[in-house]
Amino acid sequence: MSEVKIKRRIFPDFVLGFSSLTSKGPSGWMVILGLIIVLALVIMTAIGPWATPYDPIKSNVGPIRAPPSPQFPMGTNHLGQDMLSRTLVGGSIMLQVSALSVLVCFFIGVPLGLFSSYVGGFFDGALSLVIDAVYAFPGLVIAIAVAAVLGPGVVNMALSIAVVYVPSYFRIVRSQVLSIKELAYTEAARATGAKWYTIISRYIFPNVIPSIVVVITVNFADAVLTAAGLTFIGLGVTYDIPDWSWDLTNGWKYLSSRAWWIISFPGLMIILLALGFTLIGEGMSELLNPKLQR
Amino acid sequence: MIKLPLLEIDSLAVDYQTGRGRVRAVDDVSFRLEKGETLGLAGESGSGKSTLGLSIMRLVPYPGVIANGHIKIDETDIIKLPEHEMRSIRGGKVGYIFQDPMTSLNPVKKIGAHFVELIRTHEPTTSEKEALERAKTVLKNLGILPERINDYPHQFSGGMRQRIMIGLAIALNPSLVIADEPTTALDVIVQEKILELLESLRKIYGMALILISHDLSIILERCDRIIVMYAGHMAEYTTGAELHRAPKHPYTERLLRSIPNIELSDQKLSAIPGSPPNMLNPPEGCRFWPRCPYVMEICRLKVPPLIAAEPSHLVRCFLYGEKGAKIE
Repeated sequence: MSEVKIKRRIFPDFVLGFSSLTSKGPSGWMVILGLIIVLALVIMTAIGPWATPYDPIKSNVGPIRAPPSPQFPMGTNHLGQDMLSRTLVGGSIMLQVSALSVLVCFFIGVPLGLFSSYVGGFFDGALSLVIDAVYAFPGLVIAIAVAAVLGPGVVNMALSIAVVYVPSYFRIVRSQVLSIKELAYTEAARATGAKWYTIISRYIFPNVIPSIVVVITVNFADAVLTAAGLTFIGLGVTYDIPDWSWDLTNGWKYLSSRAWWIISFPGLMIILLALGFTLIGEGMSELLNPKLQR
Repeated sequence: MIKLPLLEIDSLAVDYQTGRGRVRAVDDVSFRLEKGETLGLAGESGSGKSTLGLSIMRLVPYPGVIANGHIKIDETDIIKLPEHEMRSIRGGKVGYIFQDPMTSLNPVKKIGAHFVELIRTHEPTTSEKEALERAKTVLKNLGILPERINDYPHQFSGGMRQRIMIGLAIALNPSLVIADEPTTALDVIVQEKILELLESLRKIYGMALILISHDLSIILERCDRIIVMYAGHMAEYTTGAELHRAPKHPYTERLLRSIPNIELSDQKLSAIPGSPPNMLNPPEGCRFWPRCPYVMEICRLKVPPLIAAEPSHLVRCFLYGEKGAKIE
């Protein structure tokens, strides 16, 4: 008889299989389009430093506020910096911040949600109350408040975004666990003598993953916009790091003098990045929701 | 030679503490189960039969508590057992088969992983490969191709999933298997096959079986002894043959009469009038009296004791006096 092997996989097949995405109709294509956009921007930012025609932070590489031309395809800004070079590398901070915030949220929100709702009782009630209180605030306001206290920097930005998003993870995980822990297979696991942490990690957690995947992508999209917002009001990174949102901060004043190119290209990048993540998120939530599947 | 009982339950009572008061779901239940024996637990929904089954695993769901009595498995009282020892009994010494095979398997884990998880929980030294080999043997006994160990639960039909559940319950060779309505979610033909499989496995592995069902006809054919539950009480406790031949409790009598008989061409099915009591507020006295055709004055006042109408025939009814003769 052939050797039987068990492959340990957490994701169901259709999350990993690209070819199966195309067979899932519009939502599959949404995910693919989103992935293409996000990957393109990530690759662009990753190879950007080697591909820039000019030094992105060097002033006066060209004339001041020059409109797009063959020499400066995206024009130059008020310091005479090349906008193409700045656009190519300007996503780095935003990507780092959003990735870091997603990691922080995931490792705080998910275990907290799993544990709290599995244990239940007073602990769960008290924690939910606190988390719901945070959730009730408008996200950007908390993020600004926390960022203002922590000060600028990539890690601090990520933390202030994480504060906003931990409640989302917690709530999604908690509600899922509440229903999963009543299902027969957790009961059956208990009847086979499984320990509580085995039940959480092997039986409940893998079944929560589809919902978490959706929150992660939505979190990414929002983190991008929040990071842009924080940098825009000066709570982000220092001015010597090229960043799309810095270009917005500095460039919007010149819109009245018809220098549209200074904010248009970085702004477009931010929109594209957020759009890519949103497409992935929306597509995923439709793919992973069994009620929407035919 | 004194045979030691595998399972001994003594005046067990299980309460559910609900917002509207305390519900005694199982009240004053006592019985013994020998090794290799089959016991049927019959009763309608809410009669406490599942609660009784779960309390043997000490898995009565919140807010249920075991309020009174003893449950001894191999002479060990499990009610006082610490949780980690209880875990080794669950799945190890006592296997449990749940009612709904469609949701009783973890949808994101392969069948093999279920077995590996179970075997390695109880025997941590077993390698994954060894556990898989054992799982394949079990699957073969269940009539499932061993290659299918790499399939996910959704790739199996309901009957096959229930067979896998049975496999998981017997994989560690328990001395007792509790099957809680194992065939309710299945159609009649599959039901028959599952019950046959359970019976043959019981013989192969030499385990005792508690078969819980609302369907008295399933239990009658297969069980050495039968407990008929009504509203948390044991209404009747006797051998299968005896129960079939001469049911004593009015409830059992009525219940048996409501099973359709294929040999009678002209028959009216008789239903039991009324409905089961509200357990928040059970009737005073015998719990069956509002529906009983033989109701007497005393029935409304006192809970009848379990009377030995015959040496191996216990019945909770005032119709049978001290000597077991039916009082007319």
